[in-house]
Amino acid sequence: MVGYTFLLILLLSAVGFVLNRNAAQELRAGGSRLHSLPVFHGGYALALAGLPALIFVLLWLMFEGSFVSALVRASLPAEAVAGLGAGELSLIMAEVQQTASGLIFGEPAQYVRDAAAYYNTLHSISDWAMFALVLFILAGGIFLARRSVATEFRARQRVEKVLSGLMIFASVIAIFTTIGIVASLVFEAARFFALVPITDFLFGTAWEPQIAIRPDQIAGAGAFGWLPVILGTLVITFIALLVAVPVGLLSAIYLNEFASPLLRKIAKPILEVLAGVPTVVYGFFAILVVAPALRSFGGDTLGLPISPNTALAAGSVMGVMLIPFISSFADDALTAVPRSMRDGSLALGATQSETVLKVLFPAAIPGIVGGVLLAVSRAIGETMIVVMAAGLIATLTINPLDSVTTVTVQIVTLLIGDTSFDNPKTLAAFALGLMLFIVTLALNVVALRVVRKYRELYD
Amino acid sequence: MTTTTTNAGADWKSPEAAARVRKRHAGDLRLKFAGMAALGFAVLMLAILLVSLFANGYQALRQTHASVTFELSAEHIDAADPQRGNYRAIVQDAVQGLFPGIDNPGELRSAVGILSNGAQNALRSIALNDPSLIGQEVTIDVPLSDPYDQLAKGLVDRDSPEDQRRLKDADIALFDTLQARDVVSLPINWALVTNADSRFPELAGLQGAIWGSFYALLVCFVLSFPTGIAAGIYLEEFAPKNRLTDIVEININNLAAVPSVVFGLLALAVFIGWFGMPRSAPLVGGMTLALMTLPTIIIATRAALKAVPPSIREAALGVGASKHQVVLTHVLPLAMPGILTGTIIGLAQALGETAPLLLIGMNAFITEAPSSLVDSSTALPTQIFIWADSPERGFVARTSAAILVLLAFLIAMNAVAVFLRSRFERRY
Repeated sequence: MVGYTFLLILLLSAVGFVLNRNAAQELRAGGSRLHSLPVFHGGYALALAGLPALIFVLLWLMFEGSFVSALVRASLPAEAVAGLGAGELSLIMAEVQQTASGLIFGEPAQYVRDAAAYYNTLHSISDWAMFALVLFILAGGIFLARRSVATEFRARQRVEKVLSGLMIFASVIAIFTTIGIVASLVFEAARFFALVPITDFLFGTAWEPQIAIRPDQIAGAGAFGWLPVILGTLVITFIALLVAVPVGLLSAIYLNEFASPLLRKIAKPILEVLAGVPTVVYGFFAILVVAPALRSFGGDTLGLPISPNTALAAGSVMGVMLIPFISSFADDALTAVPRSMRDGSLALGATQSETVLKVLFPAAIPGIVGGVLLAVSRAIGETMIVVMAAGLIATLTINPLDSVTTVTVQIVTLLIGDTSFDNPKTLAAFALGLMLFIVTLALNVVALRVVRKYRELYD
Repeated sequence: MTTTTTNAGADWKSPEAAARVRKRHAGDLRLKFAGMAALGFAVLMLAILLVSLFANGYQALRQTHASVTFELSAEHIDAADPQRGNYRAIVQDAVQGLFPGIDNPGELRSAVGILSNGAQNALRSIALNDPSLIGQEVTIDVPLSDPYDQLAKGLVDRDSPEDQRRLKDADIALFDTLQARDVVSLPINWALVTNADSRFPELAGLQGAIWGSFYALLVCFVLSFPTGIAAGIYLEEFAPKNRLTDIVEININNLAAVPSVVFGLLALAVFIGWFGMPRSAPLVGGMTLALMTLPTIIIATRAALKAVPPSIREAALGVGASKHQVVLTHVLPLAMPGILTGTIIGLAQALGETAPLLLIGMNAFITEAPSSLVDSSTALPTQIFIWADSPERGFVARTSAAILVLLAFLIAMNAVAVFLRSRFERRY
């Protein structure tokens, strides 16, 4: 039904476009001088009929689900739902919806069957009502647009105004997205902080995200202190930078200063390939190759106590992922240093390495620092590598051989397979998400500012 | 007149000076070698990554099959209702026929394990398609189950102690009798792309994941392409320089750097929690990916528009076109190759994105391909994640093969982007 509605909008808008354009062409063929080209008259019909219909359908679909659910929930017999909590009620509603879609498990109660039938009736009523109303809106739009075709009618200005409005709307979506992120994170995190005091979260040194299944369960309360989690994140980030910064910087210097143009032409795309590999592939690489290699080399050969999912594996693979990131930023920064500085240094008799290390590198430092900050933000927010290769248990340690967990790992494990938003366990993920967003946003803002300042310096 | 003071003490020809110069030039060499080593390390890592994927993945490109004759006896299948036949018994009979030496039920049960569970499904669909075959014998190629598949590919060390192997000596003997009868074959594993997910490695395929990714990318494209172009055009061509457009621009730059898992949280809270959209649906996945791809497309659009020379705008304005007409009929068509290139690269990134899809539940275990945008489904990267988590030995090779499939799609998309760029890019 929804598909047909969209098809209807598409078809009738096209009909309106053609009708209006032809009408305008006839006017022109009759010898009158039009203010706007016929195609704009057509566009006017498109905007007057298709746009309101589209907005209407989207709004309808957005609110239909919750409205129907509310009606069905209200229709449930009072004796069946008396004294039930929100969680149990949503379970019943899920059962109703499954029964309504034909997935029947076991023997649903009679009132569930009734509610499911009611649910289906409401949905089909809603679908037909939407279809009829859309038809009405489209017909009205076409009629109004067709009536307004006249030689003096300023169709072009109207169409351009609509276009501008649409373009402004598209640009503002970015703001909406940010608002949506902040609102959802803050809203759910606030619910979390209502259950767990914010000081416990910020300064607690134990992270055991459990919830009591029975009210009297011993040690079922769990602990929600994020310090071990963020410490683990920082350990892995540090290892990643330890790999990525020297390798990235040195390869950028080499490609920029020493390599032949041919080598540059070959090596740069190879580095880009490294950047284009999906992170889930790096995660698999970490557990398939790097972790076993570290275990057999460090554990068996050197006799180090290496944990199976050591921070080293996740960190070093993340470092490999960040190499192209650092090297492209360093490359840009080195290229941006004015030629005169390089020439001046060489003319004074400095060798190439002295020029690079004592003149170009210091001049490029701000750009490189900006790139490194962005890489830190990437490493903190990186999810798949650590989900696959790092640990789940939060321990307060900075030993890279141990298994540590990260903010993103906790977010993913807390939310996989669990949807009820009313316990601290799932809500904790949003609190962690909020902290993650704040930290990475701060890093990004600072980094972008540093990079931009530096560009202005030499422009 | 003063005498110019030359650095009389410095003798540039002395051995000490020569040593100093050598030392300074040695610094050049050191830096050069360090750079080469760094670059070599990066390339080596990429090589190890690819080689390990190929070395593991090629195993899953073939699958051991055995051609077995089954009797669809009417005793086990009711011709009126082939759906509910006792196919397990038919497979058992066939295995008994293969190994006449087996006489106790326990041995027979473990011998049945040599054939994949898919054999029953294959027989059921044969009986459903053509009920006239019931009562007759059919000979089909059925996949062997995973441990025997490993054995056939030589991945099981026959000399290792028996208690360290999944297959006991008796099992291996059964397999050897099969092989001696020349019914075992190792064809190309098309099931990898034509089957949906399964708990059994020998049956598991990517069909569901490929369709899920396709639907999600379709939604992502339909939403982000027009929106991104519209926003890019507005910001580049029309927007006044004021606070609001500044904020929009900073916003877009920041959105491009927000961790992907945060977009997953947004989708979970807003799309699923507040709007009540279905979990695990490619529609929600596509909407989330669209939000992430939008900044890429906007930035690419702006760069492409910037590259169109002002002379074209001025010429169009000069013959009386309005600002909108100039952009829509002159500038945008010229910028389109650049925009398309950026869009394809953005979509390729979206195809590899995993974390947000995990949070909206696209890691469910689903055994059939989605038939619409709101059906539960997985996507290619989440399927890789699921398989990487599976303990069965056969899934290691299948995960690598799935990654190869994903990389093949990514390479194809990037190749299209490179082609577009080289074919249509104009220099003014």
